[in-house]
Amino acid sequence: MYGNLVIRPEDIENWGKKVHEEDPEKLAEFEARIERGEKIEPQDWMPFEYRRQLIRLIEQHAHSEIIGALPEGTWITRAPTFRRKLALMAKVQDEVGHAQLLYSAAETLGKPREAMINDLLSGKSKYSNVFNYPAKTWADTAIIAWLVDAGAIINQTTNSKGSYGPYVRALERICWEESFHLKYGYDSVVYLATGTPKQRALLQDALNRWWRPIMHFFGPPDNLSVHTEKLVKWKVKLATNDEMRQQFLDMYVPKIWELGLTIPDPNLRKNPETGRWEYSDPNWDEFWQVINGNGPCNKERIAVRRFAEEKGRWVRRALLESQARYVTPLA
Amino acid sequence: MSSLDPRIRRAEPELWTLSTPPLDSLEHWPTYEVFVQRMRGGHAQHVGSLHAPNPEMALVLAKEQYARRSQCVALWVVPTEAILWTSPADEDLFQPAVDKSYREPQGYLNTRERLEKYRDRLQATSHD
Ligand SMILES: [Fe+2]
Ligand SMILES: [Fe+2]
Ligand SMILES: [Fe+2]
Repeated sequence: MYGNLVIRPEDIENWGKKVHEEDPEKLAEFEARIERGEKIEPQDWMPFEYRRQLIRLIEQHAHSEIIGALPEGTWITRAPTFRRKLALMAKVQDEVGHAQLLYSAAETLGKPREAMINDLLSGKSKYSNVFNYPAKTWADTAIIAWLVDAGAIINQTTNSKGSYGPYVRALERICWEESFHLKYGYDSVVYLATGTPKQRALLQDALNRWWRPIMHFFGPPDNLSVHTEKLVKWKVKLATNDEMRQQFLDMYVPKIWELGLTIPDPNLRKNPETGRWEYSDPNWDEFWQVINGNGPCNKERIAVRRFAEEKGRWVRRALLESQARYVTPLA
Repeated sequence: MSSLDPRIRRAEPELWTLSTPPLDSLEHWPTYEVFVQRMRGGHAQHVGSLHAPNPEMALVLAKEQYARRSQCVALWVVPTEAILWTSPADEDLFQPAVDKSYREPQGYLNTRERLEKYRDRLQATSHD
């Protein structure tokens, strides 16, 4: 699962200057190739900024998958039935597998995996904000698997039309697996929605908790976002944050209403004249607070990841040096 | 906020006090390229790469990573460093050699153009 690439002003400082320093003939050839719809492969020439922005994008995506497994993973031991437990384990395994695929794709651009993990643990690299919120009840995992994965699918399907070969190939495989996540999530939600009053209340509470993070999921509104024409031209960014958010609302708000659930935003409606969804300000201040490390679970997520790296260290070493043996001295 | 996850609460307080030195390079093992044969009689196809400590473990991990659902009759793993490849930039290597322009005067029409481009570039940089 993944939120949209967040680009901050400092990320593209001096950006134009660097692109102008590139060999103009090679740059023209590179851009013409993308224009024709051809993919760029790791051994091809590429502008420095293309490489840098792609590493950031794919690395953020990989971190989001591996951290994204944590809020749901919490519930594996407490799943309500054995079938749900099996399905949730399969989903969480998929998400960790997505992280592996994406780390591999980012590595083809020259950043080693260890460096990416180090940057995640030090807080230098970001991941999707939505995973810094807790899954309080089983119903939260149902909302995550349905709606957060739905958002992720919109985002990943969009990105899979990008220009970088290894990323596109990883995404094709990922999108295929996400379709199971979505079906599983929807089934879990419908089960609770059609259940006892208590189950319905549990689900409504979870939706209330998750609506704002879901509105944040695609990133800040376009009028507050940094301009990224180059990234659009290079097919690194394929849709704006608002375009994807509108697509999500179009596809899922009717489905949520169909279940008789209330979306906790009195101003949410589709304007029949513009054909666009209108909604209350989802508090972008909170979004930036959470990105900067102050969400309810940021510290726990990173601590768990660090714990796993540290406690897994001896296993990785033992496997790598399996030939090493203690030999008794002869004399 | 105390964690909602009982497994995490069991890991406390060490969870909060653990300080990890940065990972060393290759700590996540060297890379292998993975090939999947989807059906008998078909070609093995490259599907991606992974990290593994040795070829046997690479096979085990490849099965987990690339053959969880899809049909697969055989898996291959190859250390990445064992692979020699041609660059996609050299794709003209594989064009059929019917073009004989190299032995014709017409094969040298863009010499002038190249020189002019070079001059333009020289001029542009000397203005900076
Ligand atoms: Fe995802
Ligand atoms: Fe995923
Ligand atoms: Fe997913």
